Amino acid sequence: MIAIIDYNAGNLTSVQRAVNHLGFQAEITADPDLIQSAEKIIFPGVGAAKATMTTLRERGLDLILRQAFEVNKPMLGICIGIQILFHHSTEEDANCLGILPGQVRQFEARTGFKVPQIGWNMVHQTQPHWIFEGVPNPAHFYFVNSYYPIPDDDAIQIGTSHYTVGFCSVVAIRNLVATQFHLEKSGEVGLRMLTNFLKFTLLPDQG
Amino acid sequence: MRKANIPETITKRIIPCLDVREGKVTKGVAFQGNIDVGDPVEMARYYYENGADELVFYDITASNEKRNIMIDVVSAVADQIFIPFSVGGGLRTLDDMRKVLWAGAEKVSIDSGAVRNPQLITEGAKAFGNQCIVLSMQVKNVSSSRQIPSGYEIYIDGARRPMGLDAIAWATRGVELGAGEIVVNSIDQDGTKSGYELKLTKQIADNVPVPVIASGGAGNPQHLRDVFVESGADAGIVASITHYGEFSIDSIKTYLTAESVSVRSTW
Repeated sequence: MIAIIDYNAGNLTSVQRAVNHLGFQAEITADPDLIQSAEKIIFPGVGAAKATMTTLRERGLDLILRQAFEVNKPMLGICIGIQILFHHSTEEDANCLGILPGQVRQFEARTGFKVPQIGWNMVHQTQPHWIFEGVPNPAHFYFVNSYYPIPDDDAIQIGTSHYTVGFCSVVAIRNLVATQFHLEKSGEVGLRMLTNFLKFTLLPDQG
Repeated sequence: MRKANIPETITKRIIPCLDVREGKVTKGVAFQGNIDVGDPVEMARYYYENGADELVFYDITASNEKRNIMIDVVSAVADQIFIPFSVGGGLRTLDDMRKVLWAGAEKVSIDSGAVRNPQLITEGAKAFGNQCIVLSMQVKNVSSSRQIPSGYEIYIDGARRPMGLDAIAWATRGVELGAGEIVVNSIDQDGTKSGYELKLTKQIADNVPVPVIASGGAGNPQHLRDVFVESGADAGIVASITHYGEFSIDSIKTYLTAESVSVRSTW
Protein backbone atom coordinates (compact mmCIF):
# COMPACT_ATOMS: atom_id res chain seq x y z
CA MET A 1 0.00 0.00 0.00
CA ILE A 2 1.09 3.54 -0.75
CA ALA A 3 0.23 5.99 1.99
CA ILE A 4 -0.59 9.60 1.15
CA ILE A 5 -0.10 11.50 4.38
CA ASP A 6 -3.17 13.45 5.42
CA TYR A 7 -2.06 16.57 7.21
CA ASN A 8 -4.84 18.95 6.21
CA ALA A 9 -2.62 20.45 3.54
CA GLY A 10 -5.13 20.13 0.75
CA ASN A 11 -4.44 18.88 -2.74
CA LEU A 12 -4.58 15.30 -1.50
CA THR A 13 -7.13 13.96 -3.94
CA SER A 14 -5.10 15.23 -6.91
CA VAL A 15 -2.16 13.05 -5.97
CA GLN A 16 -4.43 10.09 -5.29
CA ARG A 17 -6.15 10.51 -8.65
CA ALA A 18 -2.80 10.62 -10.43
CA VAL A 19 -1.59 7.50 -8.60
CA ASN A 20 -4.82 5.66 -9.46
CA HIS A 21 -4.60 6.77 -13.08
CA LEU A 22 -1.15 5.17 -13.24
CA GLY A 23 -2.60 1.87 -12.06
CA PHE A 24 -1.49 1.94 -8.41
CA GLN A 25 -3.51 2.14 -5.22
CA ALA A 26 -2.93 4.83 -2.66
CA GLU A 27 -4.71 5.57 0.57
CA ILE A 28 -5.02 9.02 2.13
CA THR A 29 -4.35 8.49 5.82
CA ALA A 30 -3.22 10.04 9.08
CA ASP A 31 -3.08 6.66 10.84
CA PRO A 32 0.48 6.13 12.16
CA ASP A 33 0.16 2.33 11.98
CA LEU A 34 -0.98 2.36 8.38
CA ILE A 35 1.79 4.76 7.43
CA GLN A 36 4.38 2.64 9.20
CA SER A 37 3.25 -0.47 7.39
CA ALA A 38 3.01 1.27 3.99
CA GLU A 39 5.43 0.27 1.27
CA LYS A 40 5.88 3.85 0.16
CA ILE A 41 4.94 7.26 1.50
CA ILE A 42 3.87 10.36 -0.39
CA PHE A 43 3.53 13.66 1.46
CA PRO A 44 1.98 16.15 -0.91
CA GLY A 45 0.17 19.36 -0.59
CA VAL A 46 0.04 23.06 -0.37
CA GLY A 47 -0.04 24.97 2.85
CA ALA A 48 2.04 26.90 5.33
CA ALA A 49 5.08 25.28 6.98
CA LYS A 50 4.06 26.16 10.51
CA ALA A 51 0.47 24.93 10.25
CA THR A 52 1.67 21.79 8.50
CA MET A 53 4.22 21.05 11.25
CA THR A 54 1.62 21.70 13.94
CA THR A 55 -0.77 19.20 12.37
CA LEU A 56 2.00 16.63 11.90
CA ARG A 57 3.05 16.93 15.57
CA GLU A 58 -0.54 16.73 16.81
CA ARG A 59 -0.99 13.50 14.88
CA GLY A 60 2.41 12.13 15.89
CA LEU A 61 3.37 12.00 12.25
CA ASP A 62 6.60 13.99 12.58
CA LEU A 63 8.17 11.02 14.39
CA ILE A 64 6.71 8.54 11.91
CA LEU A 65 8.20 10.45 8.99
CA ARG A 66 11.64 10.70 10.65
CA GLN A 67 11.51 6.97 11.41
CA ALA A 68 10.46 6.15 7.85
CA PHE A 69 13.50 8.05 6.61
CA GLU A 70 15.74 6.21 9.11
CA VAL A 71 14.55 2.80 7.89
CA ASN A 72 15.02 3.98 4.30
CA LYS A 73 11.40 3.68 3.20
CA PRO A 74 10.77 5.16 -0.29
CA MET A 75 9.30 8.60 0.27
CA LEU A 76 8.13 11.33 -2.08
CA GLY A 77 7.58 14.90 -0.87
CA ILE A 78 5.72 17.43 -2.99
CA CYS A 79 5.64 21.25 -2.58
CA ILE A 80 5.22 21.88 1.16
CA GLY A 81 6.45 18.28 1.40
CA ILE A 82 9.96 19.28 0.29
CA GLN A 83 10.07 22.33 2.56
CA ILE A 84 9.21 20.62 5.83
CA LEU A 85 12.09 18.14 5.34
CA PHE A 86 14.59 20.84 6.24
CA HIS A 87 15.55 22.20 9.66
CA HIS A 88 13.83 25.52 9.49
CA SER A 89 11.57 27.71 7.37
CA THR A 90 11.50 31.49 7.61
CA GLU A 91 7.74 31.23 6.97
CA GLU A 92 6.41 32.25 10.41
CA ASP A 93 9.76 31.06 11.82
CA ALA A 94 8.78 27.38 11.65
CA ASN A 95 10.93 24.56 12.93
CA CYS A 96 10.50 21.68 10.53
CA LEU A 97 11.34 17.97 10.45
CA GLY A 98 15.10 18.41 10.25
CA ILE A 99 15.56 15.30 8.13
CA LEU A 100 17.72 17.33 5.76
CA PRO A 101 20.19 20.04 6.82
CA GLY A 102 19.19 23.39 5.37
CA GLN A 103 16.74 26.27 5.35
CA VAL A 104 13.62 27.40 3.54
CA ARG A 105 13.41 31.04 2.48
CA GLN A 106 10.97 33.36 0.73
CA PHE A 107 11.35 34.74 -2.78
CA GLU A 108 12.03 38.44 -2.58
CA ALA A 109 9.19 40.36 -4.20
CA ARG A 110 10.41 42.72 -6.89
CA THR A 111 9.21 44.25 -10.13
CA GLY A 112 8.19 41.64 -12.64
CA PHE A 113 8.09 38.84 -10.09
CA LYS A 114 4.80 38.01 -8.44
CA VAL A 115 5.09 36.08 -5.18
CA PRO A 116 3.98 33.31 -5.03
CA GLN A 117 5.21 32.16 -8.38
CA ILE A 118 2.26 30.40 -9.97
CA GLY A 119 2.78 28.54 -13.21
CA TRP A 120 5.19 26.52 -15.28
CA ASN A 121 8.91 26.88 -14.70
CA MET A 122 11.90 24.99 -16.04
CA VAL A 123 13.62 22.25 -14.07
CA HIS A 124 17.23 21.42 -14.90
CA GLN A 125 18.48 18.03 -13.83
CA THR A 126 21.85 18.62 -12.19
CA GLN A 127 22.55 14.97 -11.39
CA PRO A 128 21.37 11.75 -12.97
CA HIS A 129 18.76 9.99 -10.85
CA TRP A 130 16.18 7.22 -11.34
CA ILE A 131 13.34 9.67 -10.68
CA PHE A 132 14.29 11.47 -13.95
CA GLU A 133 14.24 8.38 -16.15
CA GLY A 134 12.47 9.28 -19.40
CA VAL A 135 12.06 12.94 -18.37
CA PRO A 136 13.49 15.54 -20.81
CA ASN A 137 16.20 17.79 -19.41
CA PRO A 138 15.26 20.56 -18.98
CA ALA A 139 11.46 20.34 -18.78
CA HIS A 140 8.66 22.55 -17.49
CA PHE A 141 6.77 21.70 -14.30
CA TYR A 142 3.90 23.40 -12.47
CA PHE A 143 4.91 25.45 -9.42
CA VAL A 144 2.93 27.28 -6.76
CA ASN A 145 5.32 28.58 -4.11
CA SER A 146 6.48 31.64 -2.21
CA TYR A 147 9.28 29.77 -0.41
CA TYR A 148 12.12 27.58 -1.65
CA PRO A 149 14.60 25.20 -0.02
CA ILE A 150 18.33 25.84 0.40
CA PRO A 151 20.06 22.56 1.25
CA ASP A 152 23.36 22.82 3.16
CA ASP A 153 24.68 19.91 1.18
CA ASP A 154 24.86 20.40 -2.61
CA ALA A 155 25.10 16.65 -3.07
CA ILE A 156 21.38 16.17 -2.35
CA GLN A 157 20.29 18.75 -4.94
CA ILE A 158 19.41 16.96 -8.18
CA GLY A 159 17.25 19.61 -9.87
CA THR A 160 17.34 23.40 -10.04
CA SER A 161 15.07 26.18 -11.31
CA HIS A 162 15.18 29.94 -11.56
CA TYR A 163 12.78 32.60 -10.37
CA THR A 164 13.97 35.72 -8.51
CA VAL A 165 17.00 33.59 -7.67
CA GLY A 166 18.26 30.20 -8.74
CA PHE A 167 16.79 27.64 -6.37
CA CYS A 168 16.76 23.96 -5.57
CA SER A 169 13.63 22.34 -7.02
CA VAL A 170 14.40 18.62 -6.52
CA VAL A 171 16.30 16.86 -3.74
CA ALA A 172 17.15 13.19 -3.36
CA ILE A 173 18.97 11.21 -0.73
CA ARG A 174 18.84 7.46 -0.28
CA ASN A 175 15.19 6.50 -1.01
CA LEU A 176 13.79 9.95 -0.40
CA VAL A 177 12.91 12.25 -3.31
CA ALA A 178 11.15 15.59 -3.00
CA THR A 179 10.07 18.22 -5.52
CA GLN A 180 9.12 21.86 -5.05
CA PHE A 181 6.75 21.61 -8.03
CA HIS A 182 3.48 19.69 -8.32
CA LEU A 183 4.36 16.66 -10.38
CA GLU A 184 0.74 15.50 -10.13
CA LYS A 185 -0.29 18.65 -12.04
CA SER A 186 2.63 18.82 -14.47
CA GLY A 187 1.19 16.85 -17.35
CA GLU A 188 2.92 13.82 -18.83
CA VAL A 189 6.42 14.71 -17.58
CA GLY A 190 5.08 14.92 -14.05
CA LEU A 191 3.26 11.61 -14.40
CA ARG A 192 6.49 10.10 -15.68
CA MET A 193 8.31 11.12 -12.49
CA LEU A 194 5.44 9.80 -10.39
CA THR A 195 5.57 6.51 -12.30
CA ASN A 196 9.30 6.29 -11.65
CA PHE A 197 8.63 6.66 -7.94
CA LEU A 198 5.75 4.16 -7.93
CA LYS A 199 7.75 1.56 -9.86
CA PHE A 200 10.95 2.07 -7.90
CA THR A 201 12.05 -1.01 -6.02
CA LEU A 202 14.60 -1.00 -3.25
CA LEU A 203 18.09 -1.90 -4.21
CA PRO A 204 19.18 -5.01 -2.26
CA ASP A 205 22.21 -3.32 -0.73
CA GLN A 206 20.23 -0.41 0.65
CA GLY A 207 18.49 -0.22 3.96
CA MET B 1 14.85 23.82 -25.93
CA ARG B 2 15.17 27.18 -24.29
CA LYS B 3 15.73 30.08 -26.63
CA ALA B 4 18.85 32.08 -25.73
CA ASN B 5 17.05 35.41 -26.12
CA ILE B 6 14.25 34.55 -23.69
CA PRO B 7 15.22 34.86 -20.03
CA GLU B 8 14.34 31.74 -18.15
CA THR B 9 11.57 32.25 -15.63
CA ILE B 10 8.00 31.27 -15.05
CA THR B 11 6.19 31.08 -18.39
CA LYS B 12 3.12 32.95 -19.57
CA ARG B 13 0.09 30.69 -19.36
CA ILE B 14 -2.59 30.03 -21.96
CA ILE B 15 -5.82 28.98 -20.32
CA PRO B 16 -8.78 27.72 -22.36
CA CYS B 17 -12.08 28.51 -20.72
CA LEU B 18 -14.96 26.09 -20.95
CA ASP B 19 -18.40 27.44 -20.11
CA VAL B 20 -20.45 24.50 -18.92
CA ARG B 21 -24.22 24.41 -18.73
CA GLU B 22 -25.85 21.30 -17.35
CA GLY B 23 -22.77 19.26 -18.19
CA LYS B 24 -22.17 20.60 -21.72
CA VAL B 25 -19.64 23.16 -22.95
CA THR B 26 -21.04 26.29 -24.53
CA LYS B 27 -19.51 29.58 -25.61
CA GLY B 28 -21.48 32.73 -25.68
CA VAL B 29 -20.91 36.06 -27.32
CA ALA B 30 -21.10 38.90 -24.81
CA PHE B 31 -22.55 36.43 -22.30
CA GLN B 32 -25.63 35.82 -24.42
CA GLY B 33 -26.87 33.40 -27.07
CA ASN B 34 -24.96 30.33 -25.89
CA ILE B 35 -24.55 27.39 -28.21
CA ASP B 36 -23.39 23.84 -27.50
CA VAL B 37 -19.83 23.05 -28.46
CA GLY B 38 -19.11 19.79 -26.76
CA ASP B 39 -18.39 17.44 -23.96
CA PRO B 40 -16.27 19.04 -21.20
CA VAL B 41 -14.15 15.95 -20.53
CA GLU B 42 -13.40 15.48 -24.24
CA MET B 43 -12.54 19.12 -24.68
CA ALA B 44 -10.37 19.09 -21.56
CA ARG B 45 -8.49 16.09 -22.91
CA TYR B 46 -8.00 17.77 -26.28
CA TYR B 47 -6.55 20.85 -24.60
CA TYR B 48 -4.40 18.78 -22.25
CA GLU B 49 -2.85 16.97 -25.20
CA ASN B 50 -2.52 20.18 -27.19
CA GLY B 51 -0.41 21.98 -24.56
CA ALA B 52 -2.87 24.09 -22.58
CA ASP B 53 -1.16 25.24 -19.38
CA GLU B 54 -4.30 25.23 -17.29
CA LEU B 55 -8.04 25.08 -17.77
CA VAL B 56 -10.95 26.99 -16.35
CA PHE B 57 -14.52 25.77 -16.15
CA TYR B 58 -17.39 28.15 -15.51
CA ASP B 59 -20.62 26.53 -14.47
CA ILE B 60 -23.35 28.60 -16.05
CA THR B 61 -26.14 26.23 -15.07
CA ALA B 62 -29.09 28.35 -14.12
CA SER B 63 -30.94 26.06 -11.75
CA ASN B 64 -29.54 25.09 -8.40
CA GLU B 65 -30.86 21.53 -8.49
CA LYS B 66 -28.73 20.77 -11.55
CA ARG B 67 -25.50 22.07 -10.04
CA ASN B 68 -24.39 18.63 -8.89
CA ILE B 69 -23.88 17.71 -12.54
CA MET B 70 -20.88 20.03 -12.42
CA ILE B 71 -19.31 18.13 -9.52
CA ASP B 72 -19.43 14.96 -11.64
CA VAL B 73 -17.84 16.82 -14.55
CA VAL B 74 -15.07 18.15 -12.30
CA SER B 75 -14.39 14.71 -10.92
CA ALA B 76 -14.30 13.11 -14.39
CA VAL B 77 -11.91 15.79 -15.63
CA ALA B 78 -9.65 15.43 -12.58
CA ASP B 79 -9.38 11.67 -13.15
CA GLN B 80 -7.96 12.18 -16.63
CA ILE B 81 -6.36 15.59 -16.89
CA PHE B 82 -3.13 16.27 -15.01
CA ILE B 83 -2.72 20.00 -15.33
CA PRO B 84 -4.26 22.53 -12.93
CA PHE B 85 -7.81 23.67 -13.48
CA SER B 86 -10.12 26.04 -11.71
CA VAL B 87 -13.87 25.96 -11.42
CA GLY B 88 -16.19 28.91 -11.04
CA GLY B 89 -19.80 29.87 -11.39
CA GLY B 90 -22.35 30.04 -8.63
CA LEU B 91 -19.92 29.45 -5.77
CA ARG B 92 -21.43 31.25 -2.81
CA THR B 93 -20.29 29.43 0.30
CA LEU B 94 -17.23 27.74 1.77
CA ASP B 95 -19.05 24.46 1.33
CA ASP B 96 -19.59 25.14 -2.41
CA MET B 97 -15.82 25.66 -2.73
CA ARG B 98 -14.95 22.57 -0.71
CA LYS B 99 -17.13 20.35 -2.93
CA VAL B 100 -15.39 21.55 -6.07
CA LEU B 101 -11.90 21.21 -4.59
CA TRP B 102 -12.57 17.73 -3.25
CA ALA B 103 -13.87 16.74 -6.66
CA GLY B 104 -10.34 17.49 -7.90
CA ALA B 105 -10.17 21.15 -8.94
CA GLU B 106 -6.92 22.93 -8.12
CA LYS B 107 -8.55 26.32 -7.58
CA VAL B 108 -11.94 27.94 -7.24
CA SER B 109 -12.93 31.04 -9.10
CA ILE B 110 -15.33 33.34 -7.31
CA ASP B 111 -17.04 36.33 -8.88
CA SER B 112 -20.49 37.70 -8.07
CA GLY B 113 -20.51 35.71 -4.81
CA ALA B 114 -17.36 37.56 -3.67
CA VAL B 115 -18.77 40.98 -4.57
CA ARG B 116 -21.91 40.24 -2.55
CA ASN B 117 -19.93 38.75 0.32
CA PRO B 118 -16.24 39.77 0.31
CA GLN B 119 -15.62 37.64 3.42
CA LEU B 120 -15.99 34.62 1.15
CA ILE B 121 -12.51 35.41 -0.22
CA THR B 122 -10.98 35.46 3.25
CA GLU B 123 -12.80 32.36 4.44
CA GLY B 124 -11.70 30.47 1.32
CA ALA B 125 -8.10 31.63 1.63
CA LYS B 126 -7.97 30.60 5.29
CA ALA B 127 -9.46 27.19 4.61
CA PHE B 128 -7.63 26.27 1.41
CA GLY B 129 -4.76 28.76 1.02
CA ASN B 130 -4.58 31.97 -1.03
CA GLN B 131 -3.29 30.09 -4.08
CA CYS B 132 -6.65 28.30 -4.26
CA ILE B 133 -8.75 31.44 -4.47
CA VAL B 134 -9.06 33.10 -7.85
CA LEU B 135 -11.02 36.35 -7.83
CA SER B 136 -12.75 36.79 -11.16
CA MET B 137 -14.10 40.22 -12.05
CA GLN B 138 -16.54 41.34 -14.75
CA VAL B 139 -15.49 44.81 -15.78
CA LYS B 140 -17.11 47.40 -18.03
CA ASN B 141 -15.74 50.65 -19.37
CA VAL B 142 -17.86 53.53 -18.03
CA SER B 143 -17.30 57.24 -17.76
CA SER B 144 -14.96 58.18 -14.96
CA SER B 145 -16.65 59.49 -11.83
CA ARG B 146 -15.92 60.06 -8.15
CA GLN B 147 -17.24 56.62 -7.42
CA ILE B 148 -15.43 55.00 -10.37
CA PRO B 149 -12.19 57.01 -10.74
CA SER B 150 -10.58 54.50 -13.12
CA GLY B 151 -13.60 54.46 -15.43
CA TYR B 152 -13.80 50.69 -15.01
CA GLU B 153 -16.80 49.38 -13.12
CA ILE B 154 -17.49 45.98 -11.57
CA TYR B 155 -20.60 44.15 -12.79
CA ILE B 156 -22.09 40.93 -11.49
CA ASP B 157 -24.68 38.32 -12.45
CA GLY B 158 -23.53 37.64 -16.00
CA ALA B 159 -22.60 41.27 -16.73
CA ARG B 160 -26.15 42.39 -16.01
CA ARG B 161 -25.81 44.31 -12.77
CA PRO B 162 -23.49 47.34 -12.22
CA MET B 163 -22.20 47.55 -8.66
CA GLY B 164 -20.88 51.10 -8.40
CA LEU B 165 -17.52 49.60 -7.50
CA ASP B 166 -14.22 50.64 -9.08
CA ALA B 167 -12.40 47.69 -10.67
CA ILE B 168 -8.91 48.73 -9.55
CA ALA B 169 -10.09 49.27 -5.98
CA TRP B 170 -11.91 45.93 -5.98
CA ALA B 171 -8.87 44.04 -7.31
CA THR B 172 -6.65 45.60 -4.64
CA ARG B 173 -9.18 44.83 -1.92
CA GLY B 174 -9.62 41.29 -3.21
CA VAL B 175 -5.90 40.60 -2.85
CA GLU B 176 -5.88 42.11 0.65
CA LEU B 177 -8.75 39.79 1.53
CA GLY B 178 -6.77 36.78 0.32
CA ALA B 179 -7.21 36.25 -3.42
CA GLY B 180 -4.20 34.49 -4.95
CA GLU B 181 -4.91 35.39 -8.57
CA ILE B 182 -7.13 37.88 -10.37
CA VAL B 183 -9.07 37.21 -13.56
CA VAL B 184 -9.97 40.39 -15.43
CA ASN B 185 -12.95 39.80 -17.74
CA SER B 186 -13.70 42.68 -20.03
CA ILE B 187 -17.43 42.76 -20.74
CA ASP B 188 -16.79 45.14 -23.65
CA GLN B 189 -14.26 42.86 -25.33
CA ASP B 190 -15.87 39.51 -24.56
CA GLY B 191 -16.76 37.65 -27.74
CA THR B 192 -15.49 40.41 -30.05
CA LYS B 193 -12.22 38.68 -31.01
CA SER B 194 -10.71 42.16 -31.34
CA GLY B 195 -8.13 41.79 -28.55
CA TYR B 196 -7.98 41.91 -24.77
CA GLU B 197 -8.70 45.15 -22.90
CA LEU B 198 -5.02 46.11 -22.66
CA LYS B 199 -5.36 49.30 -20.64
CA LEU B 200 -7.63 47.74 -18.03
CA THR B 201 -5.44 44.64 -17.73
CA LYS B 202 -2.30 46.74 -17.34
CA GLN B 203 -3.89 48.88 -14.64
CA ILE B 204 -4.83 45.82 -12.65
CA ALA B 205 -1.47 44.07 -13.23
CA ASP B 206 0.41 47.20 -12.12
CA ASN B 207 -1.67 47.47 -8.96
CA VAL B 208 -1.77 43.96 -7.52
CA PRO B 209 1.12 41.75 -6.33
CA VAL B 210 -0.49 38.49 -7.50
CA PRO B 211 -0.76 36.98 -11.00
CA VAL B 212 -3.30 38.58 -13.34
CA ILE B 213 -5.20 36.58 -15.94
CA ALA B 214 -6.65 38.49 -18.88
CA SER B 215 -10.00 37.41 -20.27
CA GLY B 216 -12.30 38.49 -23.07
CA GLY B 217 -11.46 39.43 -26.63
CA ALA B 218 -8.73 37.04 -27.78
CA GLY B 219 -9.07 36.69 -31.55
CA ASN B 220 -5.57 35.73 -32.65
CA PRO B 221 -2.12 34.87 -31.21
CA GLN B 222 -0.96 38.48 -31.42
CA HIS B 223 -3.64 39.47 -28.92
CA LEU B 224 -2.00 37.16 -26.39
CA ARG B 225 1.42 38.61 -27.13
CA ASP B 226 0.04 42.12 -26.64
CA VAL B 227 -1.57 41.39 -23.28
CA PHE B 228 1.58 39.63 -22.01
CA VAL B 229 4.11 42.16 -23.28
CA GLU B 230 2.15 45.42 -23.13
CA SER B 231 -0.14 44.82 -20.17
CA GLY B 232 2.05 42.53 -18.08
CA ALA B 233 -0.60 39.83 -17.76
CA ASP B 234 0.64 36.50 -16.43
CA ALA B 235 -1.91 34.41 -18.27
CA GLY B 236 -4.53 34.77 -20.98
CA ILE B 237 -7.86 33.03 -21.25
CA VAL B 238 -8.90 31.80 -24.68
CA ALA B 239 -12.17 30.30 -25.82
CA SER B 240 -13.67 30.86 -29.26
CA ILE B 241 -10.32 31.08 -31.10
CA THR B 242 -9.36 27.60 -29.97
CA HIS B 243 -12.75 25.91 -29.36
CA TYR B 244 -13.57 25.77 -33.05
CA GLY B 245 -10.06 24.80 -34.15
CA GLU B 246 -9.23 28.16 -35.73
CA PHE B 247 -5.96 28.15 -33.77
CA SER B 248 -4.35 25.38 -31.75
CA ILE B 249 -2.62 26.09 -28.43
CA ASP B 250 0.49 24.66 -30.05
CA SER B 251 0.40 27.16 -32.93
CA ILE B 252 -0.23 30.07 -30.55
CA LYS B 253 2.83 29.03 -28.55
CA THR B 254 4.98 28.77 -31.66
CA TYR B 255 3.99 32.34 -32.50
CA LEU B 256 4.67 33.57 -28.94
CA THR B 257 8.10 31.91 -28.84
CA ALA B 258 9.03 33.69 -32.07
CA GLU B 259 7.90 36.91 -30.37
CA SER B 260 10.29 36.20 -27.44
CA VAL B 261 7.47 35.45 -25.00
CA SER B 262 8.42 32.66 -22.60
CA VAL B 263 5.92 29.79 -22.84
CA ARG B 264 5.91 26.11 -21.94
CA SER B 265 7.01 24.65 -25.24
CA THR B 266 7.21 20.93 -24.55
CA TRP B 267 4.71 18.69 -22.80
